[in-house]
Amino acid sequence: MSESGTSLDGTARAEMRELMARYPDPRSALLPMLHLVQAYDGYVTAAGIRLCAELLELSEAEVAGVATFYTMYKRHPMGEYHVGVCTNTLCAVMGGDAIWQRVSEHLGVGHDEVTEDGQVSLERVECNAACDYAPVVMVNWEFVDRQSPDSAVALVDALRTGEQVRATRGARICTFRQAERVIAGFADDRVGEGPAAGEPSLRGLRLAQENGWQAPPFPAESPGAAAAPARQTPSAPTKETP
Amino acid sequence: MTTLAPVLSAHWDTPDAYTLAGYERTGGYRALRAALERDPADLVGLVKASGLRGRGGAGFPTGMKWGFIPADSPKPSYLVVNADESEPGTCKDIPLMMATPHTLVEGVIIASYAIKAKHAFIYVRGEVLHVIRRLRAAVAEAYQAGYLGTDILGSGYDLDVVVHAGAGAYICGEETALLDSLEGRRGQPRLRPPFPAVAGLYASPTVINNVESIASVPAIVLGGSDWFRSMGSEKSPGFTLYSLSGHVANPGQYEAPLGVTLRELLELSGGVREGHELKFWTPGGSSTPILTTEHLDVPLDYEGMAGAGSMLGTKALQVFDETTSVVRTTLRWVEFYKHESCGKCTPCREGNWWLLQILRRLEAGQGSSEDIDLLLDLCDNIAGRSFCALADGTSACVTSAITHFRDEFEAGTHTPAWELFPYEASATVPVPASAPAQAVAP
Repeated sequence: MSESGTSLDGTARAEMRELMARYPDPRSALLPMLHLVQAYDGYVTAAGIRLCAELLELSEAEVAGVATFYTMYKRHPMGEYHVGVCTNTLCAVMGGDAIWQRVSEHLGVGHDEVTEDGQVSLERVECNAACDYAPVVMVNWEFVDRQSPDSAVALVDALRTGEQVRATRGARICTFRQAERVIAGFADDRVGEGPAAGEPSLRGLRLAQENGWQAPPFPAESPGAAAAPARQTPSAPTKETP
Repeated sequence: MTTLAPVLSAHWDTPDAYTLAGYERTGGYRALRAALERDPADLVGLVKASGLRGRGGAGFPTGMKWGFIPADSPKPSYLVVNADESEPGTCKDIPLMMATPHTLVEGVIIASYAIKAKHAFIYVRGEVLHVIRRLRAAVAEAYQAGYLGTDILGSGYDLDVVVHAGAGAYICGEETALLDSLEGRRGQPRLRPPFPAVAGLYASPTVINNVESIASVPAIVLGGSDWFRSMGSEKSPGFTLYSLSGHVANPGQYEAPLGVTLRELLELSGGVREGHELKFWTPGGSSTPILTTEHLDVPLDYEGMAGAGSMLGTKALQVFDETTSVVRTTLRWVEFYKHESCGKCTPCREGNWWLLQILRRLEAGQGSSEDIDLLLDLCDNIAGRSFCALADGTSACVTSAITHFRDEFEAGTHTPAWELFPYEASATVPVPASAPAQAVAP
């Protein structure tokens, strides 16, 4: 971890204190604080570890011990777009291994490595809880569902040329640092982008609707019962962003 | 025949389902109003009477967990929601939180009120950016609407909720590791006792529940325990999300009463992918022993799966067809467990490493005649000898594969798995026919 190149400033320090104030015990903020370090510095810098240690009154070794335990904390700069290819069993079998091989060869980088232009880094990720959309690729922790070797190559090429790429179920893909800022606990304005659910998530529901299957209605005597698992038709579309 | 019964997923197709307006239009937060008029102890009794069991894998009765919180503790009590969905194959909580995060938030408020907690935490895995956005926005909207904060809906009850993002560690789905992680430490399991109900977060009484368990609470409050028990069986009552993935025609989320069978789910969803047949499957993630075509008619509930020598787990039905090498899938799952072992307990830390060496040579057709016995012996020394169930998961995955498909492991002494089962045949998207990508564990 290099000394130079930290962007952690007074604002970062104030934001870290804000994170600490959200918890009954300030140390609970350590994980969000480390995410915030990555939002500023692109990875967990030595300066970031020092700052967390100072604010939480921990030793630097204690903070480093936490930082090195979790895979999302990076020990060197990642690309603007951090691409994770799921190579856990189900995705691997369905095409994830071939996607990994193709993308890795295409970019000339392996696991935990970054392209020379600094645009794309690669990681073999474990199951990302999207198995009904397999094979899955993540970009800055947004879902890019149902990928193939060809589509994944097109995806990383688009990312390298700075094209605006949209997640399958999610928002316009932001940079790694912007994503880390949201994960740390500071909202952006993209919550209303993307659908409520993708098609595989809705398959059971659609099938139930087509066949008239539903859960039993709530008993009529329930207070204010409007037979709620039975569907209520939305009366008018409303704005989607809170 | 059991059919589907969407409750949690009933409104996922509403375009603005994730907003407060969308949620309230479909009946949201009515349960909270009803709950706040009841005594907290009544709510614990209601959830006990409903028979709701944990949806995160272990199946422990939710109401009983709530009931363990000591009434006279001088320390504050906490509710922690386990939203660290990471078990391979499991993909139900993420779509729920993406589509209807308010269902979870409403459940959190009711559950916290029931156990008299003033602070609740939703520990969500870090690698799901958009889900984190949706959860935080839902919590912010709930504050604005007066459902969170001080004097909620004039009841005098106060509650703060924090959405806490993890940082990439499967082990944090284990409840005591999750607590250590939430305290800002390495996520490593704790020795029990003391159990979290006595000494959990900050050594205070803590309830830890899975997302789906908590999200089921508003419907139970509105429908009552008899309504909930009108679905499922005596010991496994209610509805639940089944996640179908792998070599099926229509992977996705299928919500049904507990006790539906895989045969029924396959029949109504369109079956195994065209031209292929079922070979093996997991009932609830990679840590639940694999099953075969013999088990198609066993009820997918807690007792049914236990009776078949497996576990209901997270109801993550990963389906693999006849093109799939069991040696390959077992190897890849063990790679996962080896990668995710936190390192605290020697049998798990070392044992997974050794299992992997053996499985790699079996995949390459270079195993020895003693390797199967060696795998089983290792599993015998891993399972039950560590603080948490990760080690048991590894062992279950390996031993069940050998039980049902021993011949494939025996073939690993002379023929590579990719020759017996060309890997491109298992892919569901166009991939080149070539030698397999060498498994390189990070």
